[in-house]
Amino acid sequence: MSRLSERRGELIDRGRTITFSWEGKTYKGHKGDTIASALYDAGVRVFSRSFKYHRPRGLMCCSGQCPNCLVEVDGEPTVRACMTPIEQGMEVNHLNAWPSLERDFLHMVGKATPSFGMQVGFYYKTFIRPRRLWPFYEKILRNAAGLGRLDEEHRRTERYEKVHRHVDVLVIGGGQSGLEAATEAASAGKHTVVVEEGLALGGRLAYGTADEMRERDALVEAARAAGVEFLQPAYAGGVYEGLLVPVFQGKTMYRFRAAELVLATGSIEQPLVFGNNDLPGIMLGGAARRLANQFRIAPGGQVVVVTSGDEGIVAASDLAAAGVEVVAVADSREGETDVRLSDAGIEHLTGFTPVRAKGSKHVTGVVVANDGEERTFGCDLLVVSGRSAGAYGFFTQAGGTIRYDREQGRYVPDVVPEGVRVVGELAGAAAAGGAVPAKAKDSGCKQFVCFCEDVTTKDVNLSVSEGFASLELSKRYTTVTMGPCQGRMCHRNSGLVIADELGVDPDEQRVGVTTARPPHNPTSFSLLAARGYEPVKRTSTHHWHAEHGGKMLWAGDWKRPYDYGDADSEVAAVHESLGLIDVSTLGKMIVRGPDAAAFLERIYPNRFGDMKLARVRYGIVCGDDGSVLDDGTVARVSEDEYYVTTTSSGAGGMEQWFTWWNAVWGMDVEIVNVTSAVAAFNLAGPKAREALATLTSFDLANEAFPYLGAGHAEIAGVPCLLLRIGFVGELGYEIHLPTAAGEYLWDALMAAGAEHDVRPFGLEPQRVLRLEKMHVIVGQDTNAESNPFEAAMPWIVKLDKESDWIGRYQLEYLKRRGNRNELVGFVCDNGKTPVEGSQVIGADGDPAGRITSSRFSKRLGRAIGIAWVPVASSEEGTRIDISDPTGARIPAVVTHKAFYDPDGERLRS
Amino acid sequence: MTNRVTSSEDERELFSYLYFRRNVAGDQREWWYHSSGCREWFQAERNTDHNQVLQVARPGALQ
Repeated sequence: MSRLSERRGELIDRGRTITFSWEGKTYKGHKGDTIASALYDAGVRVFSRSFKYHRPRGLMCCSGQCPNCLVEVDGEPTVRACMTPIEQGMEVNHLNAWPSLERDFLHMVGKATPSFGMQVGFYYKTFIRPRRLWPFYEKILRNAAGLGRLDEEHRRTERYEKVHRHVDVLVIGGGQSGLEAATEAASAGKHTVVVEEGLALGGRLAYGTADEMRERDALVEAARAAGVEFLQPAYAGGVYEGLLVPVFQGKTMYRFRAAELVLATGSIEQPLVFGNNDLPGIMLGGAARRLANQFRIAPGGQVVVVTSGDEGIVAASDLAAAGVEVVAVADSREGETDVRLSDAGIEHLTGFTPVRAKGSKHVTGVVVANDGEERTFGCDLLVVSGRSAGAYGFFTQAGGTIRYDREQGRYVPDVVPEGVRVVGELAGAAAAGGAVPAKAKDSGCKQFVCFCEDVTTKDVNLSVSEGFASLELSKRYTTVTMGPCQGRMCHRNSGLVIADELGVDPDEQRVGVTTARPPHNPTSFSLLAARGYEPVKRTSTHHWHAEHGGKMLWAGDWKRPYDYGDADSEVAAVHESLGLIDVSTLGKMIVRGPDAAAFLERIYPNRFGDMKLARVRYGIVCGDDGSVLDDGTVARVSEDEYYVTTTSSGAGGMEQWFTWWNAVWGMDVEIVNVTSAVAAFNLAGPKAREALATLTSFDLANEAFPYLGAGHAEIAGVPCLLLRIGFVGELGYEIHLPTAAGEYLWDALMAAGAEHDVRPFGLEPQRVLRLEKMHVIVGQDTNAESNPFEAAMPWIVKLDKESDWIGRYQLEYLKRRGNRNELVGFVCDNGKTPVEGSQVIGADGDPAGRITSSRFSKRLGRAIGIAWVPVASSEEGTRIDISDPTGARIPAVVTHKAFYDPDGERLRS
Repeated sequence: MTNRVTSSEDERELFSYLYFRRNVAGDQREWWYHSSGCREWFQAERNTDHNQVLQVARPGALQ
């Protein structure tokens, strides 16, 4: 269709045409068109179906405030057509109609039901009996409601980002007042950012008169010259604790924290409440002006304006200037006819309010009335303007309070929170007097208060009569103000309707206000899930593993090899000859100082004060509630220095735990987390000593460096700390060394082990090896309710220690109380391996315990595992029944001894 | 901030220390940890109604 003549400030590039599709058909528009403007120009009038009644809905606000033009774009639901520029090849579809927008089956539901049928709460009242049928009804009702669907085929592969920004001043809103405030702040040397969601800066000026356009350009120019940074188009999602403001732009979420938050959100033109006020062809004054002035589309052929303020008058004269026939303006205000209208030859009916719109799929006319007279006009566009209400959504989220101002006929800021400044129309800069009529007299048709949720005046009145006699209560009952617009199109009107029904003034406290919830606009989950700031941790030999067939998997923050292709033979290599595993992910801390020994005595239930130098000891850390928090080894490397390892996932938590208690106790001890600075490898297997001896002059003989020894050794020229421990059950040396030398020493160890066919082994073979030794993995075999008495480690708790220590009193109590459950080993001899998480079935047939670890051990030729069982079933040799998730029963026998080398002879060899 | 018990004799006292927390609407003294920064512990007095920090202190300065 042809556009109006060129005009300053139009957003379209007439020289360029863009092709896209809507509902499967091809459409054309100019570059700069939004989906909404291009489709409107092509004659499309119905953009969506309403939430509940599936009534046809057309463009209403053209500024991203109302729910009417939410569409699906390239598989992404709830995109605002009026704010989204068209792009070549874009596929646009409706959201929630079936079978099509034009002929929606569910619309029949709305028409067929008598007036009481779909009243608020109808589904709970109507379908709740008989109760057994509710799930069936619910399924149908849920299917009918809702906005859009997630296309499971359409998986996002693009990368979304999070960016943290700290600025002096963040201005939300790039209209006149926002630009002025930003220029002022930036001129004072403050780093200032303006966020504007519209396609043009300047707010209302951007679609105003030529003078207003010039004013806009000058404001933008001044702001740029002052050094203001613009994010546009971009939108703020909400205001959170500490004035945190997420701002979304494209594929980026900015997390803004500003010393000052300036709210220049302006005001939002409100609809009027009358019969059939939701018909396509009914739009707000600003929408008609945007279409005409920014996109140069004649929004209608024959126009009637109904208004309660000056915005309607401006819209009428703008449309007339664009060459559109304006039949009449019905103005709810009493008084003189406006000279702007009489000059343009437009009839101005003062004191007239709209009663109902005529038409079924599109507006064809309107009935307006004053006290005595009713007038009917034919039209194909009905412009409504219920005057503007402040856009206070962010303001209330920031902790501000609002009140209804009778003079201005709208809600205004009351208490402004610290760190926030309110400017422009939101602050009440352009206040024009006069109350707004709540609603039309009974029109005999549906009168919508809330377009998002299809809530009518009748619904709100019903909620009041049923006792939900305030806006907050009515919101919870009728869902008014609860839809995507969060009250931007309905908060004031619903407040007015409730006040009217209660027979009080809208500024009475009992009417109340609601708070708009974030997000301000429909926001993609991809943005919320944008990649964060926890980059993967890699050990010093990461690339070696990847290049040698290591299947790299996430292990907490780290990537570790699951195995190198053959877990079984990796297990066998450790048992029979030699294996090497990278255990650099272990948490590592140095605890040093005159009080180091006393400090560890207080942290652990074990004893460490009596430890000899150059020895290492296993320890567990308990909470004050006696639960097992973490485990690891502690080596005494000098009189006042200990080297502590923790689990891989517990490293950060243990650093916090240690430093917290030290802050509480104020002991003379330093705690340093050296996890990243120190690499660690475990060389294990019967040939470990032989292989390691080729690289060091350190005396590795069993007598000189026995099991649980700790010593400083130079290996292949690298200074290392050697710990002789045996997590995997064979002779082994845990070698700790500077990370920088990691790859070098790994290569040296592999070369030294070559004649023994050394195999690198991954996490999975390590799990099998440790399970054969019945070594517990904290966090897998234990949970927050596990204490050391029940978790098969009673020997670790030294209740006779003289000092106070963490967990002491609860463990004293638990000792008195006795065990209820116990962690035990089990074997299964029927060839089946129960999966981890399977239930242990008690004598009465009920679940009594669970399997925490299980594997088939090739070496032992049977399934082995660890399980929690009730004390009554924990005796050595007790037969237990395990129920697989499939329901199959697997018999097992309880054992307490390690499955492999139960006396630790190989470890000590 | 809570004070640790010093014995397991009174089980009622032990359990209320371990498992019961006062949900204060008002001023509360707390331990804080600067996890994304210097990794130091400090103490703070904070109003849980308004999230207003009334004072901060080195470990042990607030009781």
